[in-house]
Amino acid sequence: MSHYISLTDADRAAMLKAIGVEQIDDLFADVPAEVRFPEVQLPQPMSEMAIRRELAALSGANADAAKQSIFLGAGAYNHFVPSAVDQILRRAEFYTAYTPYQPEVSQGTLQAIFEYQSMICRLTGMDVANASHYDGGTALAEAAIMAVASLRGRRKVVVPPSVNPQYRAIIRTLLQGTEIEIVGDENPEATPAQLAAQLDSSTAALIVQSPDFFGALHDLRPLVEQAHAAGALLIHHFDPIALALFQTPGEARADIATAEGQPLGGGLGFGGPYLGIFTSSEKYMRKLPGRLTGATLDVDGKLAYVLTLRAREQDIRRETATSNICTNQALMALASTVYMALMGRQGLRKVAELCYHRAHYAAAQIATIPGFSVRGDGPFFKEFVVQCPQPVAQINARLLERGIVGGYDLAQDYPHLGDAMLLCVTEMNSREDIDALLDALRG
Amino acid sequence: MDTYQPPIFELSSPGKIGVNLPEADVPVAALPAELLRQDDLAGMPELTEPEVIRHYTRISQRNFCIDTTFYPLGSCTMKYNPKLHEEAARLPGFAAAHPLQGEQLSQGALRLMYELQRDLAELSGFDAVSLQPAAGAQGELTGILVFRAYHQDRGDTARTEILVPNAAHGTNPATAAMVGYKVVEVKSDERGNVDIADLKAKLSPRTAGMMLTNPNTVGLFEENIREISQLVHAAGGLMYGDGANFNAILGIVKPGEVGFDFMHYNLHKTFTTPHGGGGPGAGAVGCSAALAPFLPGPRAAKRADGQGYAWETPAKSIGRVKTFWGNFGMLVRAWVYIRTLGAQGLREVSEVAVLNANYVRVKLQGTYPAAYDRICMHEAVLKGQIEGAPEARTLDIAKRLIDFGYHPPTVYFPLIVPEALMIEPTETESKQTLDSFIEAMLAIADEARRDIEILHQAPVTTPVRRLDEVRAARQPILSYNAEKIAKLRAEGEAKASAK
Repeated sequence: MSHYISLTDADRAAMLKAIGVEQIDDLFADVPAEVRFPEVQLPQPMSEMAIRRELAALSGANADAAKQSIFLGAGAYNHFVPSAVDQILRRAEFYTAYTPYQPEVSQGTLQAIFEYQSMICRLTGMDVANASHYDGGTALAEAAIMAVASLRGRRKVVVPPSVNPQYRAIIRTLLQGTEIEIVGDENPEATPAQLAAQLDSSTAALIVQSPDFFGALHDLRPLVEQAHAAGALLIHHFDPIALALFQTPGEARADIATAEGQPLGGGLGFGGPYLGIFTSSEKYMRKLPGRLTGATLDVDGKLAYVLTLRAREQDIRRETATSNICTNQALMALASTVYMALMGRQGLRKVAELCYHRAHYAAAQIATIPGFSVRGDGPFFKEFVVQCPQPVAQINARLLERGIVGGYDLAQDYPHLGDAMLLCVTEMNSREDIDALLDALRG
Repeated sequence: MDTYQPPIFELSSPGKIGVNLPEADVPVAALPAELLRQDDLAGMPELTEPEVIRHYTRISQRNFCIDTTFYPLGSCTMKYNPKLHEEAARLPGFAAAHPLQGEQLSQGALRLMYELQRDLAELSGFDAVSLQPAAGAQGELTGILVFRAYHQDRGDTARTEILVPNAAHGTNPATAAMVGYKVVEVKSDERGNVDIADLKAKLSPRTAGMMLTNPNTVGLFEENIREISQLVHAAGGLMYGDGANFNAILGIVKPGEVGFDFMHYNLHKTFTTPHGGGGPGAGAVGCSAALAPFLPGPRAAKRADGQGYAWETPAKSIGRVKTFWGNFGMLVRAWVYIRTLGAQGLREVSEVAVLNANYVRVKLQGTYPAAYDRICMHEAVLKGQIEGAPEARTLDIAKRLIDFGYHPPTVYFPLIVPEALMIEPTETESKQTLDSFIEAMLAIADEARRDIEILHQAPVTTPVRRLDEVRAARQPILSYNAEKIAKLRAEGEAKASAK
């Protein structure tokens, strides 16, 4: 008997008797006899001690940021996570609770979500944030759906090639069954500015990632103006750390803004669970997918929080819901809330500055190494493109010999870029780490 | 103890910081003036570490959770979350691994994913599994996209409808609509099964498939499941299994052996990854050999040369549905769970989950009528209709349960049962707990007959009582605003003094 099952043999006997059946098997009489109790071949069960040994072997077979010096980003970022974040995540009251459908016994989760929504609104300058989405890519795909749903008769969404290739793939997958047309990345060198000039009366939205996949920052204001002039919405996909220093979607008057929230205290986690940040201007509030928490009063007049505007959601609206999303990423939203609370105004700025200055130091130094150059001359954040003298795989193999995980090989998504590597520098890469990278590149 | 905490923004003082960051150790680079943020992060909170910890610890205490409270939410499978899983997911090789570090540096993670794919397929009688979807609803979306791709691949393009029982979870029709299908509702019969006559009437050459939860949302195993599958298949449609209730049939029956072509697993239900207050979940999907080529990728696979593991994307994949590889941290927990219990242990999970639910049902159905007088599976659907208390409603019964120290069951779902109370005890609860809960339910029925006001006033023991949901929706405050909150408080004070 498993240590997670709390019945004794005597309990079972008494319960079977109360139910009026002879044995447990009788409870499954509705299952067709010929397929009932099939053979199931699984590995033999193991003790906790044995499992721990096995886990140590499995996790030990992976590289990780604790063992290696990582200069890889491309949608997942090695940022500092204060110890206090995980301590709050380990509160059973948070992680073993369900969706707060019963507000009287879920005020903890509801207040945390309310504070998350509030902090995200302040960080972005947007009016409304939902309680979270699965991740940055799925949030962006649903933003495209939301834009089309908000503008009758416009079915085209323009997605530049500088949007993360995985996000573009997700948008194409999730919109397969809709009549939405995805255009913009046919020419791998097209810029958001060039595409903004081509918007027409069938365009529902222009998506701009800034900082983009290559780390480049774009001035959103002219792009928003062009989108609005064409009657389209502008969806800004941002980096939450960058917003501590740089132009916000709210300032630029973007209509919808999404992000991968993993940099906000989420950790690398081999890619998940992450956090989809999803915001919009008030005008489109009732088209938002997912949950929203609002402040209200209880019968005694006390300040309290509750899930609200529920008529948008699948359990109420079924086939006419704005989205099918149900479970989201509440605990990751909590992690980001605690992270933002700890960082505060100063900490967020400091992290962004460390990322910015260290990345620029690394780029400037790499540009002086014979055979290497840094592509582009505009402002960038965290990431930049390095043109290499050999295939990226060879360079990365050399770096790994020194315990360094190198950059992302851009040739897999952008063949025209050839031997180019997307390098990422965050506050976790000290000057010492960067100098070691430079040494290794010099060979 | 009053655990009230004002919104964190009201605890903020300019100049405080809650982290210890390094000093800059590189030359300062010029910042692009025209791209800078204008407001210097105005309104972001400023607190120290101890202040932040106290704030969130105190508000956490305003939650019921599995570790403190019996949480019998039907359809949600609120079973105990083993503590070993939490340690496992936090090992640096998992928690601090970069998703793009490459196959060579990810062999441990790949092996774990490969084995989880294999074991989930074995449990359900399917040929292939993809771990990518982030949650059950995303698993559904994946499945219906696969249905669409399968039909299109065969040039079968006139199929425009998805059949959904009227008892289904709301995600089912919402999903079908997101993929552009017309939703056709199928009735239920008086025994709580899909109404076969109505199903036959609704099937046509337009049928792309049917979405069915089995055990279904009234907690019953579809008695005619094989006939349903045969009918749908004969019409050229495919069978989608909503795996929300998989916890009832581990080792009891394999969905792939009763005609399902595709199914999602809610790892946060059946495989006990924590619910987290509403996520993250994980919605792995499994399917038959015919649909396997369309699964989202990449998936973990054994390398052809036998040297470890690699990523592979199925030949006709619908594409990627999520960034990277899925909610990996949840996959680690599910893998540990399967390793802990093995085949026999998982079968025991379902046996006891069903035993516990039926025990609650027989003890309560004399007072709270069962929706269907049958052996149920892992959840008992009762009606909050108490004889001798015509005014009692399910909502009041649920709120009163809180005062007895229990999280309420799921209420008013499924929609086809009036005043529904959906009780899912799960296998991890003891007979003592079930007996106390049963006693509380019976005591509430007595109260309802004696003085209905007790129920109307409930809950009275919680930090806040019933909420004004109408105000929340009509005058939405979705983000902290000092002025709006001050106005709300003034309203609250007026309300309190009027009492």
